[in-house]
Amino acid sequence: MHMADALLSPAVGGTMWVATASTIAFCAKKIQMNLDDRKIPLMGVLGAFIFAAQMINFTIPATGSSGHLGGGMILAILLGPYAAFLTIASVLTVQALFFADGGLLALGCNIFNLGVFPCFIAYPLIYKPIVGNNPTPMKIGIGATLAGIVGLQLGALGVVVETVLSGISELPLSSFLSVMLPIHLAIGLVEGLVTTAVVTFVWKARPEILDISSQAEAAGKFSIKNVLAGLGIAAVITGGALSWFASSSPDGLEWSMFRVSGSEELETPRDGIHHVLASLQEKTSILPDYGFKATETEETASEKPASSWPAVDAGTSTSGLVGGGLTLVLAAFIGMLFKRRKQER
Amino acid sequence: MSHHIVEVQDLTHTYADGTKAVKGISFRIHHGESVAVVGANGAGKSTLLLHLNGFLTPQTGRIRIGDFYLTKDTVQEIRKTVGMIFQNPDDQLFMPTVYDDVAYGPVNLGLSPEQVDKRVQDALIQTDALHLSDRPPYKLSGGEKRTVAIATVLAMNPEILVMDEPSSNLDPKARRTLIDLLSGFRHTKIIATHDLDMVLDLCERTIVIKDGKITADGPTLELFQDVELLAESHLEKPFRLQACPVCSGQKLPEKPVQMDDHAHTHDHDHDHHHHD
Amino acid sequence: MAKIESAFFDLSYLENLASQSSSVHRLDPRIKVLLSAAFVVCVVSFDKYVISAMLPFGLFLLVVAGIANIPIDFIIKKLIVVSPFAIMVGIFNPLLDQQIIMHLGSVNISGGFVSFFSILLRFSLTVSAMLILIATTGFNSVCMAMVKLGMPKIFAVQLLMLYRYIFVFIDEGMRMFQARTLRSFKKRSMGVKTFSYIIGQMLLRTIDRAQRIHLAMLCRGFDGTIRIRQTIKITAKDVVFLIIGLLILLFMRKYNIPLLLGTVFTGIS
Repeated sequence: MHMADALLSPAVGGTMWVATASTIAFCAKKIQMNLDDRKIPLMGVLGAFIFAAQMINFTIPATGSSGHLGGGMILAILLGPYAAFLTIASVLTVQALFFADGGLLALGCNIFNLGVFPCFIAYPLIYKPIVGNNPTPMKIGIGATLAGIVGLQLGALGVVVETVLSGISELPLSSFLSVMLPIHLAIGLVEGLVTTAVVTFVWKARPEILDISSQAEAAGKFSIKNVLAGLGIAAVITGGALSWFASSSPDGLEWSMFRVSGSEELETPRDGIHHVLASLQEKTSILPDYGFKATETEETASEKPASSWPAVDAGTSTSGLVGGGLTLVLAAFIGMLFKRRKQER
Repeated sequence: MSHHIVEVQDLTHTYADGTKAVKGISFRIHHGESVAVVGANGAGKSTLLLHLNGFLTPQTGRIRIGDFYLTKDTVQEIRKTVGMIFQNPDDQLFMPTVYDDVAYGPVNLGLSPEQVDKRVQDALIQTDALHLSDRPPYKLSGGEKRTVAIATVLAMNPEILVMDEPSSNLDPKARRTLIDLLSGFRHTKIIATHDLDMVLDLCERTIVIKDGKITADGPTLELFQDVELLAESHLEKPFRLQACPVCSGQKLPEKPVQMDDHAHTHDHDHDHHHHD
Repeated sequence: MAKIESAFFDLSYLENLASQSSSVHRLDPRIKVLLSAAFVVCVVSFDKYVISAMLPFGLFLLVVAGIANIPIDFIIKKLIVVSPFAIMVGIFNPLLDQQIIMHLGSVNISGGFVSFFSILLRFSLTVSAMLILIATTGFNSVCMAMVKLGMPKIFAVQLLMLYRYIFVFIDEGMRMFQARTLRSFKKRSMGVKTFSYIIGQMLLRTIDRAQRIHLAMLCRGFDGTIRIRQTIKITAKDVVFLIIGLLILLFMRKYNIPLLLGTVFTGIS
């Protein structure tokens, strides 16, 4: 579920970094504004708790395999969305640094996928309305399970979209989605069940603990503005994904990965969003983006392996550099657009 | 010296779930006194201690620390006077390094960086922990953690030290180091513990609590001879006071404290505290 | 070895590496964070068919790891452990992209294979860069650097506290794990019901602990903000190193050094 640096383009990674960093800054501000100072140590130890809990496996019902807790929804329920988001972000940061889960650039994506969706979409729009202020085990169960599923589905969608937009992997959107979404539907269901069991356990043992978060919630007045900003970002990403999707496979979903043949797929990076980015890169660079392919095919087998092994000539690298720089600028630009959009709402 | 008196009058506390943890406790501790609070698990010791630094405020009854009665308004002032040492040092050491942890309190007091540094150095020197300065707390041994936890409190310059089970989870050597350290302090000490041997070394006075009430309050040696009283509170007579010729003859050879001259030791401690 | 135990091992091992003293360790953490970020961006900004031009970056890491006394085998082991996702996603490239773009002797190589190897190389480079960053800097210093670079303080406090208590919790989790293993004999992992009881209990204890920590903070004058002492100081030497480092990275990014070398040696342009 963790995105890796290796599959990201600087543009996508940079954009997600900016989106994540501004969400962190926003949450930090929000928490400082209506500070319940009990929450500071609570966030710290709950982060450590989730970290440790993720390492304990359980058997997934009806299968032989084992899974572990994600914990995002538990944090949202106990801490409210802002504090939970920072806590999730901190857990992912430590995991990235020490266990190389993801990477430095991918951290933005990972925090976004695993933090924003559960905290700012699944929790306020699904869990809260279902559970309300008078929790019962039934309501907690339905709310946590649905929220868990939706959160993870959106997260998986995020991974797919970010990967496809980056264009490093050749996996087409439809095939990737058709693998990721069902898997994460199952994971989400299990996550929901475990979340329910844990939250119900806590609620029965110490009902006042759940009150703390809902009180803080009321004081913090969960802002619709923020949800809208989150939805806006999600909408932009999904929109981009869909337009890409529509153009890349006009005749419907390709359900089977193995039906997809190589020659069709080579055309796909030319369409949709990635095409726009790529053509921008091409237009502004000195030499065309894929110039190396042309030169390589001209090489003959008679050349020594030592000289044909290096895949790219210096000219292509220069164009790559200019293009890379420009894509980064573009990333920053898109990020600023997001930020401004957020501030305007 | 009534300045740093600790006075508790008719204190009661009932928890939200209806548990009556403290049912009318009264005592008065003078400046420089060293008092043990003993009793079975769940007797109400911890609840009592939580009142002494204002984490809980009295539901009924009054608490006076120095010149202030404990209320919501005086709690900040009282926390500067009363230093609390927690049972589990992991709860107390939450900063990334030992230095940061000891500096945490002084920084919050709004002292200048130089003053903070002085406080930290002093506290670490006093507890002989200066060499641990840059270590992260999770890399310390149990004894070192306890020592640093004490340093964090000393850096606040409190007048009164309140300790919850300071000798728990320590190996015998670390425990001895702790006792030596504490016996050198001039502060008023209130120590909740099950370690009656340590009480013999540190406290001239003992308060026994049972079911939220005081069942005895008096000189430690006297109370510890009362086997019935101790048994009632799930306690046992300390080994050193038990008539075992082997233990009493050979225990702690490096210390002059022996069974036959406890009265003397007691007097000595007493003098020591009052002279300071 | 159980996952939780290996996690504990990794954390303490990296922490020990970070407590060494080398010229890389002594650099200002900000410099290291910025250079790592630049490194990753350089690597991922290569076109997806690039392999050779990335190789000098590997050399760069090897040199840094060498100076800093970071054992390469540890990094390689970590790479293998975390590689499945990158491999899983990249493995389809050879299948989906079969256009021949290169001839190695008489062997035809498809674009998919080239890009798959490119993914593996990127993956190794970016992951190693991060491990080297943490192994030469330590978590606390990385946090300090991030604060200096604009990360919100409250998030830094969160990271530091999380890190502080990870050790306590892994310890606790390990004991529970062992206690359960001792009584469950052959069953490898536990059912959801047992799991949620154990996790629920642990969660309650966690919340109690948070209360005690809060109390300990209050006792020492906590007023809602935690002030972090800044210990890092940047020197002229650090700045020079940053500039040199960036120049090296940019040079490696701009010029395909292996190709240039190959050209010089073979005379074929």
